[in-house]
Amino acid sequence: MTLDADWAERWVRRAAEAVEAAKDELTELDRQIGDGDHGENMHRGFQAVVARLDAAAADTGSDTAAPGGSAREVGDVLKTVATTLMSTVGGASGPLYGTAFLRASKVSGRPLLDPSSIVALLEAALEGITTRGKATVGEKTMVDAWSAAVDAAERTARDGGDEVAVLRAAAEAADKAAFGTIPLLATKGRASYLGERSRGHEDPGARSTALLLGAAMAAALAGPGGAA
Amino acid sequence: MSAPVALVLVSHSTYLARGVAELAAQMAPDVVIRTAAGGPDGGLGTSFDTVQAAITAALDTVGATVPDDGGSPRARGGVVVLADLGSSVLTVETVLELDESLAGSVVLARGPFVEGAVAAAVTAHGGATLDEVVASALDAAHSFSPAGTPGGAGGPAWAGGAGGEADAGGERPASDTVTGRVTVRNPLGLHARPAALVSRKVAELGAKVRVDGVDASSVLQLMALGAIEGRELTVEAEGLGAAEAVRVVVGMIEGGFGEI
Repeated sequence: MTLDADWAERWVRRAAEAVEAAKDELTELDRQIGDGDHGENMHRGFQAVVARLDAAAADTGSDTAAPGGSAREVGDVLKTVATTLMSTVGGASGPLYGTAFLRASKVSGRPLLDPSSIVALLEAALEGITTRGKATVGEKTMVDAWSAAVDAAERTARDGGDEVAVLRAAAEAADKAAFGTIPLLATKGRASYLGERSRGHEDPGARSTALLLGAAMAAALAGPGGAA
Repeated sequence: MSAPVALVLVSHSTYLARGVAELAAQMAPDVVIRTAAGGPDGGLGTSFDTVQAAITAALDTVGATVPDDGGSPRARGGVVVLADLGSSVLTVETVLELDESLAGSVVLARGPFVEGAVAAAVTAHGGATLDEVVASALDAAHSFSPAGTPGGAGGPAWAGGAGGEADAGGERPASDTVTGRVTVRNPLGLHARPAALVSRKVAELGAKVRVDGVDASSVLQLMALGAIEGRELTVEAEGLGAAEAVRVVVGMIEGGFGEI
């Protein structure tokens, strides 16, 4: 499987679909322990990202793609995602995911990603989120899911796993960690105002992180011919 | 002419931002105060673009009034940003991180939104520098618990300066401390408007002045005194211009701020 800029674009488009499908679920999670806008905010953001990608695709051959169209770097796609999410998401997840994708784009300035560069991408994203949100593992935030994903990806890459295996490990770990936030006490973010009442609910940011990383894996599995 | 430091108030809510801006502007008419409120869809939330535009616009207004005297930006002027909750803070930080040209002239002050904005506006109105305005916004957190702001809140300058009460005759006054007494005459006492008038005047005079032990250049500390009609206040000043400062402040309070 080749993880190039086209993969990144498929990833983001799949993420938009996943967010759309889970919009109500995310909003409901957020309504229980937050301000109830996470689904709507993420949906608005990813729809805007898709619109930007569509517009760029319509221009292909002129000024958006590098000569020949094939030398587009993974980081180019991620940077578009970053700036668009920052401008359009609205809640805390705008600057958080925006910074995550921005930091990820900075370490992905290449046409192809190998397993170790996927680990680097995920690490950079996590670092961006912790810089912005100041949360650490176990505080019932998206950091729990990102952190688990980074650990799993690192392990898999070290054991010689290929690109798809690394992405799969990251996605599965994020999914598990998102569920793992249910019993936790929130000490960061809006949910922290609820204190003990935050227990028993899944963190919406951890859930949306699992959706995004699941989309990254699916985009790699499907390949260029897969359903967009 | 506007003050060298402008404020940007970032809130999830347009009403909240406008309300706080109105409150702060009443006490500091010469300060440019801009709001950045609401999400990209116009509802509750924060918008990167809106915040960025407000900060840039505010910086443009003070840029025009900052003298090009070669001083560092922070020593001259700039923009102080206050934010209400989570994503407002994160969005401001993101804007500042992405535009390196803002470093040094735009500062996010992590003070309380209402008290911080009022304190920052009044301080800025006195022509204060960026660092001074930031400090006043941060210090405003103390106004939540007046008990936590004893005379010591005036800062180290006051810590050892046990001002004697010259006209009480009992103690030997510190050599450069001047003291006066005055009774509050207007019915509402030192509420927001009079407190702002006093603190602005004190900032203008440049002397260290205390009213009943609190720093008279801080509008919030003056308000926290809860001084209503009939209360006798002790006004103390030290340093250059102390006597004049006490005379002026006593005169203002004596005059009842036009509310009698």
